[in-house]
Amino acid sequence: MTPQEIRTVFLIELSKIAPDIDPSTVSDDDHIQDDLELDSMDVLNLVTALHVRFGIDIPESDYPQIATPALAVAYLAKAGRQVGYE
Amino acid sequence: MGVFEMPSLGADMEAGTLVEWMVKPGDAVKRGDVVAVVETQKGAIEIETFQAGTVHHLEADLGQKLPVGAPLAVILGDGEEAPAEPVAAPEEARAEPVQPAAPQPPPPPEPVTAPATAPPEPTQAVPPPAGLMASPVARRRAAELGVDLSQITGTGLGGAIQLADVEAAHSGSAESKPAEVIPERKPASPMAEMRKAIAAAMSRSKREIPHLYVSQTLDLEPATQWLAKANQGRDPASRLLMGALFVRATALAAAKVSMVNGQYVGDPFEPTKSVHAGVAVALRGGGLVAPALMDAQDLRLDETMSGMRDLVTRARAGRLRGSEMTMGTITISALGETGAEAMTGVIFPPQVALLCIGAPQRRPWVVGDQVEPRQTVTVTLSLDHRVGDGRQAARFLNAFESFMQAPETL
Repeated sequence: MTPQEIRTVFLIELSKIAPDIDPSTVSDDDHIQDDLELDSMDVLNLVTALHVRFGIDIPESDYPQIATPALAVAYLAKAGRQVGYE
Repeated sequence: MGVFEMPSLGADMEAGTLVEWMVKPGDAVKRGDVVAVVETQKGAIEIETFQAGTVHHLEADLGQKLPVGAPLAVILGDGEEAPAEPVAAPEEARAEPVQPAAPQPPPPPEPVTAPATAPPEPTQAVPPPAGLMASPVARRRAAELGVDLSQITGTGLGGAIQLADVEAAHSGSAESKPAEVIPERKPASPMAEMRKAIAAAMSRSKREIPHLYVSQTLDLEPATQWLAKANQGRDPASRLLMGALFVRATALAAAKVSMVNGQYVGDPFEPTKSVHAGVAVALRGGGLVAPALMDAQDLRLDETMSGMRDLVTRARAGRLRGSEMTMGTITISALGETGAEAMTGVIFPPQVALLCIGAPQRRPWVVGDQVEPRQTVTVTLSLDHRVGDGRQAARFLNAFESFMQAPETL
């Protein structure tokens, strides 16, 4: 998966949890909680969805590393290589 | 034989619009079955029957706005014969104007008391078929645009139809044919309706309930560490949130100090044994609902968490049940993971207590003779002074604190 594809999937899952968010208006550095106003239940649902889509189990201690689209793409690409997901 | 009526789904609900039938004549129903979906100021609510039997006939039509108490359907009990004549609804229920709970000027002659023969409201042109999940805002927008919800594939959680799906379906069809339905008057936005409902309930609360408030700051370090450890071995679908610990501790404390738990429906106040824990859920874009987690005193921590997850998902998709909206016995409102440290809340009538939980803060804390940085949280109980005093509120908070200090027992 290219970083662009990962970004697209991330934004699709984000907009399923927060349907009022228009993916085209989300910038790479928007913070999912501070800027996009996800609460802890939303974040957990996002992590659950990413687990299903990528097979990557993001531990709680790594949540800060998916806090923006830019961070999340880098994190998921790296974790994907580690689990041999391409 | 029972007449199934438009229920009151909130302290100040006056009327609701029937948007979906989940049954048809001849269907067998049991207690608790969802019979219809009603659009209210707080979104679409699934309403249940409290009578078992067979649906004889449906009295109300889709799209009708009906006052609380108006007949919706007739349900025959087991072994009952069908009446020879169509059952006339009680006249007073049919004719009763929508009467606010509090003294107010006479209600305006608005056609909210639509008789059974009234034409459907123009904005409800396309009633969705049974079984569709759609958010309240999506339903309303679809009605405005004349979009048929059954033709839309939802992309929300559980396949729920979201606003964006409706807009997308509409823009897709708008290219081929111009929009021909322009509503004559723009209906109030769902958010404006929700604010009105909140304003009515909270104003009533402040008018009728003499509130007292008791606060306590407690050490959240044991629960924080226990939770981090518990979640290490869990995949995301089975992880816990601190909110679940708060709700579980509240349910246990309310079962123990039961005079904070129940509904004030007349003197003397009678506490309830079952704890139906209202969980305040902020809706994205604004607004608030507090559906109840039923019999929370009997739910283990994992069950509490999955129940809350389900409630939040359905609150956002617009699929709460009438019982969840009306049977709460105490409500919990938490500010979340970060932000302000304390909140003093307004009790949700006819309940008698509300527990507000501030965002946890890292603060200096005395442990033995040392000062240590610890996670702390400030909780504030609002209590109806008619049913109890500060002393009982403090007892409840002490119980809550004890449970939070022993998270492994939750």
